[in-house]
Amino acid sequence: MNNEKALLAGGMTMLALATSALVVIPYLQLRDVKPTEGVKPYSAAQLRGREVYIANGCVYCHSQQPRDASFAPDAKRGWGRVSVAGDYYYDHPHLLGTMRTGPDLMNIGVRQPSADWHLGHLFQPRAYVPGSIMPSYPFLFDVKDKADPGDKVVNLPEAFNPPGKIVVASATALDLVSYLQSLNRTGAVLPAPPAAKAAP
Amino acid sequence: MAAGRHRHIRNKTTQRVERLAKLVAWRAAIVATRPMRQQPKRPMSTIAILLSAFLLSVVALAAFIWSMQKGLFDTSPAAANVIFERGEAGQPEDPAADKPHGTAGDAAYDTSRDIADESSAPVVFLFICCAMVWLVVASLAGLTASVKLHEPDLLASVPWLSFGRIRTIHLNAVAYGWAPMAGLSIALFLLPRLLKTRLAGAKYAVLGAALWNAGLIAGLGSIAAGISDGLEWLEIPWQVDILLVAGGALVGMPLVLTLVNRKVDHLYVSVWYMGCALFWFPVLFLVANIPGLHFGVEQATMNWWFGHNVLGLFYTPLALASIYYFLPKIIGQPVRSYGLSLLGFWALAFFYGQVGGHHLIGGPVPGWLITLSIVQSMMMLVPVIAFSINQHQTMRGHFHRLIDSPTLRFVTFGGMMYTLSSAQGSFEALRAVNRVTHFTHYTVAHAHLGLYGFVSFAFFGAIYFMVPRVTGREWPYRWLIYAHFWLAVAGIGVYFIGLSIGGTLQGYAMLDASKPFMDSVAVTIPYLKARSVGGGMMLLGHLCFVANFVCAILGLGPNRDRPALFHQGRKRALGA
Repeated sequence: MNNEKALLAGGMTMLALATSALVVIPYLQLRDVKPTEGVKPYSAAQLRGREVYIANGCVYCHSQQPRDASFAPDAKRGWGRVSVAGDYYYDHPHLLGTMRTGPDLMNIGVRQPSADWHLGHLFQPRAYVPGSIMPSYPFLFDVKDKADPGDKVVNLPEAFNPPGKIVVASATALDLVSYLQSLNRTGAVLPAPPAAKAAP
Repeated sequence: MAAGRHRHIRNKTTQRVERLAKLVAWRAAIVATRPMRQQPKRPMSTIAILLSAFLLSVVALAAFIWSMQKGLFDTSPAAANVIFERGEAGQPEDPAADKPHGTAGDAAYDTSRDIADESSAPVVFLFICCAMVWLVVASLAGLTASVKLHEPDLLASVPWLSFGRIRTIHLNAVAYGWAPMAGLSIALFLLPRLLKTRLAGAKYAVLGAALWNAGLIAGLGSIAAGISDGLEWLEIPWQVDILLVAGGALVGMPLVLTLVNRKVDHLYVSVWYMGCALFWFPVLFLVANIPGLHFGVEQATMNWWFGHNVLGLFYTPLALASIYYFLPKIIGQPVRSYGLSLLGFWALAFFYGQVGGHHLIGGPVPGWLITLSIVQSMMMLVPVIAFSINQHQTMRGHFHRLIDSPTLRFVTFGGMMYTLSSAQGSFEALRAVNRVTHFTHYTVAHAHLGLYGFVSFAFFGAIYFMVPRVTGREWPYRWLIYAHFWLAVAGIGVYFIGLSIGGTLQGYAMLDASKPFMDSVAVTIPYLKARSVGGGMMLLGHLCFVANFVCAILGLGPNRDRPALFHQGRKRALGA
């Protein structure tokens, strides 16, 4: 080969093909997807919590894409139905994830609605799940002698509470929990057919 | 009589074609008058997708063969000899402080290489220094992340050391620190040599390196502080990315200027790979980082288009360029089949770009995209096998040089790992395999086989070759090179084998609905510990590498007047 223009033109054509296939066509195909039933915009607190989720890299261990029964027993584990493009309508950036070092979190708000559980679990995962390798996040909490008015005190199992102290959730931790609680994609994938509605 | 008959048939055919054209026009007119109809959402059948992907590949291959026949590409083996000077082919070169190809007074002596090396030395040196720093930073971060997975409460109160952040710092320090700095140092060193000219506009590269590294420091700092764009491989905030884009463009300048000023007719294989890689990466990085453009699931497909192409269209070509240069250079034999290198290059350019969708198999993305990516992942076997055969054929009869040459050892090991990791990757894309291995540490092991076993080894080898020419001083300590090689090989061995087993067990445990999820975590613990051991060995190896480099530039240790080859018997380092 002795023509650098032909080389670069060929190379860039190849990249253009790949970009069309993996970026442009999906863009055109998915542009008009509507949110699935029950998927609502995030509230301000939930969005802040989502930023905490991103900042601490939760996505590197937790996926948000339950799979079809033919692929994995996600439904049997209570992780929810297979996800569809409309489930991610308000997700920016997407947090599909590529690892399941921990369980899928697409519907953690349904599976585990308790704020107390989430706060305690974030402070010390091993207090609730023996053998867990999830990091503990003490920096999202304050350890104090006594609670001030308006403090959200974390109720920990006795063995995990710092002796003689109380653990208080920071605003950051509360935001994160409100995001986790909002995770619910259990609505129907397709709207109910009009025939069914008309039936007596 | 017969002629009339023929004319008659031709007339008939013409009439039929005209009728058909009228019919088509009529149909189109009718369709145009109809009101726009909601398109039925019918999933394309898998067979149709498979067939179309296959058809596309065959057409591309046919086009390629046609262009070969038309002589659009020059396949003459003469081009394979571009890397040698007159009378030099057949002579091995390994750190040639002693110039085997003649002396400056010789009439036949070609001074282009001296001019090339002299022009690129300062800027190559700068890039190697940066690469060394990022290598150590990345290894430390990686080892910390690894340890954290089996000791989750260790240093838990330091936010930037928590797994989610330090793991990301590791990835970004490798992806935007070590790998591009080392790869670009090689490109800056090789291009003037291969184009037999001096490096033009080196000052742009210096400025570019400054901007790039400033951007990377800011980017890693942001990640440590919890400011991230949230996409894997694209965590660095886009505002900081502007620095990387400007820096990258400035580094590209001298490479383009040098290409324009070339003094050779043939472009050697390595130039194709480096030239295209340096144009591919900016496009990838720009498209991926445009704020506000991508959304939801489309962003996920873009994410893996980018993630896989940084490996496939940036690191891989740079590493292959190194292997295609250093391997034949050291053994003194041109690449065996120039045609195979061509096939390997264009097949890689075509197939590799489209494989990214295999990261989303089973996910909420369009089915055709997944299938396309699986097909192209399997097609990647074509360039990989082409490269492997070529490499083996070139090495045949010269394997004994692996005993003494550090560069050849690293580069050959890298080439072998390319074959292994790419073949593994192709099969990993198959649904049956992916179902087990996706979401597990198996993928992590595979990624390290590619980026460490292949890319980093190729870069290590290249740096062992370049440093003596850039600094004018041979590597002082042979034992440190030994230690580096064996620690790195043993480290990646322990890492890869341990984590592959752990990941497979994890995958099977996860698919078994009768087992609680925690079983899939518990089963990996011993293998995660093995990974930390492997990672520790790799870090130790890198420290040997960097220590040797520091000694070389500070003038410490024995001075040699001959290359630091392995196994020189009991001979002392001469000139010590």
